[in-house]
Amino acid sequence: MEQVAGRPRVLLDVPMHYCPGCTHGIVHRLVAEVIDELDLRERTVGVASVGCSVFAYAYFDLDFQQAAHGRAPAVATGIKRVRPDLVVFTYQGDGDLAAIGTAEIVHAAARGERLTVIFVNNALYGMTGGQMAPTSPAGMRTTTTPEGRQARAHGYPLRMTEMLAGLDGVAYAARVAVTSVAGVVRAKKAIRAAFQAQLDDRGLGIVEVLSTCPVGWGLDPVDALRWCETQLIPVFPLGVFKDTASVDHAPARARRHPAPAPAGVRTRAP
Amino acid sequence: MPPAGARVLMKGNEAIAEAAIRAGCRAYFGYPITPQTELAEYMARHLPRAGGVFLQAESEVAAINMVYGAAGAGVRVMTSTSSPGFSLMLEGLSYLVGARLPCVVVNVMRGGPGLGNIAPAQSDYAVMTRAMGHGDSHGIVLAPATVQEAVDLVRLAFELAERYRLPVLLAADGLLGQMMEPVVLPDPVPPPPPPPWATTGGGRRRISSIYLQPEDLEAHVRDLVAVYEAIARTEAPAEAYRLDDAEVGVVAYGTAARIARAAVDRARDDGLRVGLLRPITLWPFPTAAFARPVARWLVVELSAGQMLDDVRLAVAGRAPVAWYGRAGGVVPTPVEVLAAIRRVLRAEGEVVA
Repeated sequence: MEQVAGRPRVLLDVPMHYCPGCTHGIVHRLVAEVIDELDLRERTVGVASVGCSVFAYAYFDLDFQQAAHGRAPAVATGIKRVRPDLVVFTYQGDGDLAAIGTAEIVHAAARGERLTVIFVNNALYGMTGGQMAPTSPAGMRTTTTPEGRQARAHGYPLRMTEMLAGLDGVAYAARVAVTSVAGVVRAKKAIRAAFQAQLDDRGLGIVEVLSTCPVGWGLDPVDALRWCETQLIPVFPLGVFKDTASVDHAPARARRHPAPAPAGVRTRAP
Repeated sequence: MPPAGARVLMKGNEAIAEAAIRAGCRAYFGYPITPQTELAEYMARHLPRAGGVFLQAESEVAAINMVYGAAGAGVRVMTSTSSPGFSLMLEGLSYLVGARLPCVVVNVMRGGPGLGNIAPAQSDYAVMTRAMGHGDSHGIVLAPATVQEAVDLVRLAFELAERYRLPVLLAADGLLGQMMEPVVLPDPVPPPPPPPWATTGGGRRRISSIYLQPEDLEAHVRDLVAVYEAIARTEAPAEAYRLDDAEVGVVAYGTAARIARAAVDRARDDGLRVGLLRPITLWPFPTAAFARPVARWLVVELSAGQMLDDVRLAVAGRAPVAWYGRAGGVVPTPVEVLAAIRRVLRAEGEVVA
């Protein structure tokens, strides 16, 4: 009998430390399913970052390296460059990738490192207790923006995936949300495409996953899903911003001008 | 590439790079900074031909973390930098210690603090030996005084790094990096296979410095301390030069030791009983080498006085310790050091302990 459901081979059967309603577990599972389906377990190395996903290595039956805050793309570069036969992915949060590690992700992307980047954006610093992140939307109350984030004082939300999509070294860039069944299906498709970009030796693949932090947001899990859909998605639109695998399907104008399109120009659903 | 056994004239930075390739180094990640850039440039030209990886990182922060990744994947890896860049690498070095990863880091020191200048200095002694980044972190610090010794110590550095699973630092300075001297290069050795703990895929190996439970972290730190103690027992060489009957022992390492050696020779020519004690490892410090009947010690450094603390601890009050040094990239002449020796013999000036 064909098994249609079950635990992915590379996802360990251990309790996760994530808070109730947090969507890290879903993202972990999707990554595990993709690694299983592409049969990559024997040659995959993960790089865990600093943030709530600091213990990601404890949940995967894979070789893992734990990186310093923000440095996961540099650590992954070191692994991939000396062992190009390995499949290397980083799993990073918004503080890690969009604040302290901005230089590392931008330059890994600019070099076109053959890496897959899973970027979990929940719009605040979950592990340290709910401080403002570079991706906190305007007006969001956090422990370091008690009156709400104000552009004049705290700046604007950083849309990293659009920014990275504009770099020549990026082969795949998409933003998804795991707030609905359809969203989860699209997220898995995007994660698979980001691994495929590495397997095809095309460049860096990044998937930004809009995630929830019920505890940090002060919402129950269901309300957190709705808040993500109503407050985060308008600031961080979903879509595929770049996919060099589908360049043949791009509009004729893009084919005539093969230079990389500016970020966000070619947006479509995954 | 010069043949093995041949005596060739090489610049210090390039000789260190060549020696590293011959020692089986197959990955280099670095960022340009004077006065070490020739090392990176040599690696860019020669490492790919040896089947290795050269990558110019976007910063020293990224470079040391690339070293972390490559070391974790089980490859002999190194980086090089100079003082301001070394400061940026301290974070990564602490993680390398915490995760027990081997690597070699060459610090071709220059004048500081801040941007300082690009002249030769021994300005980073404290930051290399006292705590290599946050936490109870240490790495072995080797201090060559000639280009030949640098070549020899590079191979030892990789061997020690892998034996103890810790970073090993090569403490050079702008003079050693930039000068040309004749060297005999060793035969190349093949890189070793990845160790069993390396993340080469297919396992559930963990390269990590996280020990969330205080008791677990304390046990980890105690393990590290045991390694530190084992290193201190076996890996703390020092060269004694004309020291047997010396009344004054000059203590100097690296470039300062070359100058001090010339000053010692001139003092001996004048009939003064002076010798030189040259630490070859700065951490662990060769404390045992100070157990000799020297009436006065004189520390000579290209800094404002950093090794001085270690000498005072090693001498432990058995004899007065004086100090003479120049900071900011000023390199003293043997005549200046000889004058300092004469003052110490007269028990005048500079006596600090």
